[in-house]
Amino acid sequence: MSSVSQVHTPAAEAGRSEKDRPARRRRHVRRMTNRDRIVVALLLGIPLLLDLAFVWFPAIGTVLLSFTKWNGVGSLHTHSCKPNMPSILNNGCVYGVQNYHQAATIYPEFWPAVRHNLIWLAVFVVIATPLGMLFAVVIDRGIRGSRMYQSILFLPVMLSLALVGIVWEFVYSQNYGLINTVIGRNGNSNAIDWLGNPHLNLWAVLVEATWRQAGYVMVLYLAGLKAVDPTLREAALMDGANAWQTFWRVIFPVMRPINIVIMVVTVIESLRAFDLVYITNKGINGLELLSVLVTSNIVGETQRVGFGSALGVVLLVISLVPISIFLYQTFRREESQ
Amino acid sequence: MSAAETLPGRPAVAETPRGAGPARPRPWGQIASQVFLIVASVLWLLPIAFALYVAVRPYSDTRKYGYVSMPHHITFQNFRDAWTQSDMLHFFWNSALITVPAVIIVLCLASGVAFVLTRVNLKINISLLILFTAGNLLPQQVIITPLYRIYLKIHLPHFLAGSGLMYNSIFGLVAINVAFQLGFCVFVLSNYMKSIPGEMYEAALVDGASLWTRFWRLTVPLCRPALAALATLLTTWIYNDFFWAITLMSSGDKRPVTSALANLQGQFVSNQNLIAAAAMIAAIPTLVVYVLLQKQFIAGLSLGSSKG
Repeated sequence: MSSVSQVHTPAAEAGRSEKDRPARRRRHVRRMTNRDRIVVALLLGIPLLLDLAFVWFPAIGTVLLSFTKWNGVGSLHTHSCKPNMPSILNNGCVYGVQNYHQAATIYPEFWPAVRHNLIWLAVFVVIATPLGMLFAVVIDRGIRGSRMYQSILFLPVMLSLALVGIVWEFVYSQNYGLINTVIGRNGNSNAIDWLGNPHLNLWAVLVEATWRQAGYVMVLYLAGLKAVDPTLREAALMDGANAWQTFWRVIFPVMRPINIVIMVVTVIESLRAFDLVYITNKGINGLELLSVLVTSNIVGETQRVGFGSALGVVLLVISLVPISIFLYQTFRREESQ
Repeated sequence: MSAAETLPGRPAVAETPRGAGPARPRPWGQIASQVFLIVASVLWLLPIAFALYVAVRPYSDTRKYGYVSMPHHITFQNFRDAWTQSDMLHFFWNSALITVPAVIIVLCLASGVAFVLTRVNLKINISLLILFTAGNLLPQQVIITPLYRIYLKIHLPHFLAGSGLMYNSIFGLVAINVAFQLGFCVFVLSNYMKSIPGEMYEAALVDGASLWTRFWRLTVPLCRPALAALATLLTTWIYNDFFWAITLMSSGDKRPVTSALANLQGQFVSNQNLIAAAAMIAAIPTLVVYVLLQKQFIAGLSLGSSKG
């Protein structure tokens, strides 16, 4: 409801200044009738309410709940938890930073999950994203059949991650799968269990993730490359720069906005990673990820709402870094206007 | 950086023949690029082609010879069985019930917000735009814990949800998809609307057009290309959604087809060929989009990544 009052004030101001200098104003609010004001309030108010209720209120809720101990049953209150009581009596109470402390010290899946998320991010940064950029740069050179290559490399982006996970299970299948058959290790005792072996499965799944992410990055990057002024490249070539120098010294710097978008996509996607490991083995046995731990603490039988929230806050804090960079980059110019 | 700054001033630029385009890559570069892209394309198609190959072979066949073997029988029986045994029509219907309303509602709401934020001079325009945009960038897991509790608390009338709760209802899934995708669409559409020349609005004002008329009769029709691109993108994304449906729905029979695949895996655990067939069937809607609307999809992604 606050949105409505916020809408009224500037509109009214605009109306007043209108009378002072009627002809000169450009592109600003003109005489807003009451009906116009209602339209503004509705057009803005309903989506804003929806966004606040289903995205921002839960986001803040995660932070608040992370300082409580709650199993989801009964009500929350503001008393602090008593240290020596059984947990059945210590419910819905304020727990301080105990959830974070427990996650870091006694929760066995936490550090493996953090490590897996970091590996995921590293693979995206070092392999998937550069590969996608390379695809884009090579396709952008306008070689024969580039449209077809683009379509093929882009195909996995259209498929859901759940589907990607299923499709690759046939490639990795222990007894009949493509890889084991090709390398001759199928059906007998030395067959490699790509998706079951906790030392291998993360890497196997990361191949799947890279397979999809590279196409995504490629499309984003191609759009950016197409928008680069072609005379820049001509000028660089005239100056005797080779293709490598032209890209890194000329094209890459002017693509700064798109590079930031790609950076955001890369980091956020590696934090969001969930579907692939969930469809593969529900995110256990070598495939633990923070996103999976958050989910299993609230949807499983033992609900640890506060604890799950604390893990969510960890994700939130990490994701705020790329989000802030992106927002700063994108809205800096408008803010200064 | 310094190279980019000094280049435009050089006289050599002016001597370049117009329309010549970038210099032709050298032949060996051409060949290397071709080889690289051919190898990549084969690797990119292989997993899908392989799953399709498993899907068209009977279980007895692959059981005996493995997946990598010459086909002894090619059959569409797996598709028929997967379709009937898993009641896929029902899951497709759920997907449609979620995707179609969600896409329409998101686009309506987002165009309204984008219009107000670009064409009505509120003091907090930029802050609101940041609020919407940032909301879409959060990982879903950041908000799922409270959201799950909220969904268990909100009661719905029975004509909206058989469960009587936001949880486990189609309505609830539409709501979260709308709320979550709103930010992206507001961002894209507001960028797009900024490119509409202000003179058009001046003219509309002279004609006495109300705010609503300027929105609905002037802005929305002009945004048709962006709306089409976004509709394609959103349809694919919401259809492909897995996380919301897995967490905010308990029972299998209300889930949309993408998350129902997880159940099918359990159901067909003894017959992998049926899973392959079911997965291929579930991919059909996105493949239709891929074949017919790939340009729209890419246009949508490009609109989201470049500021207009």
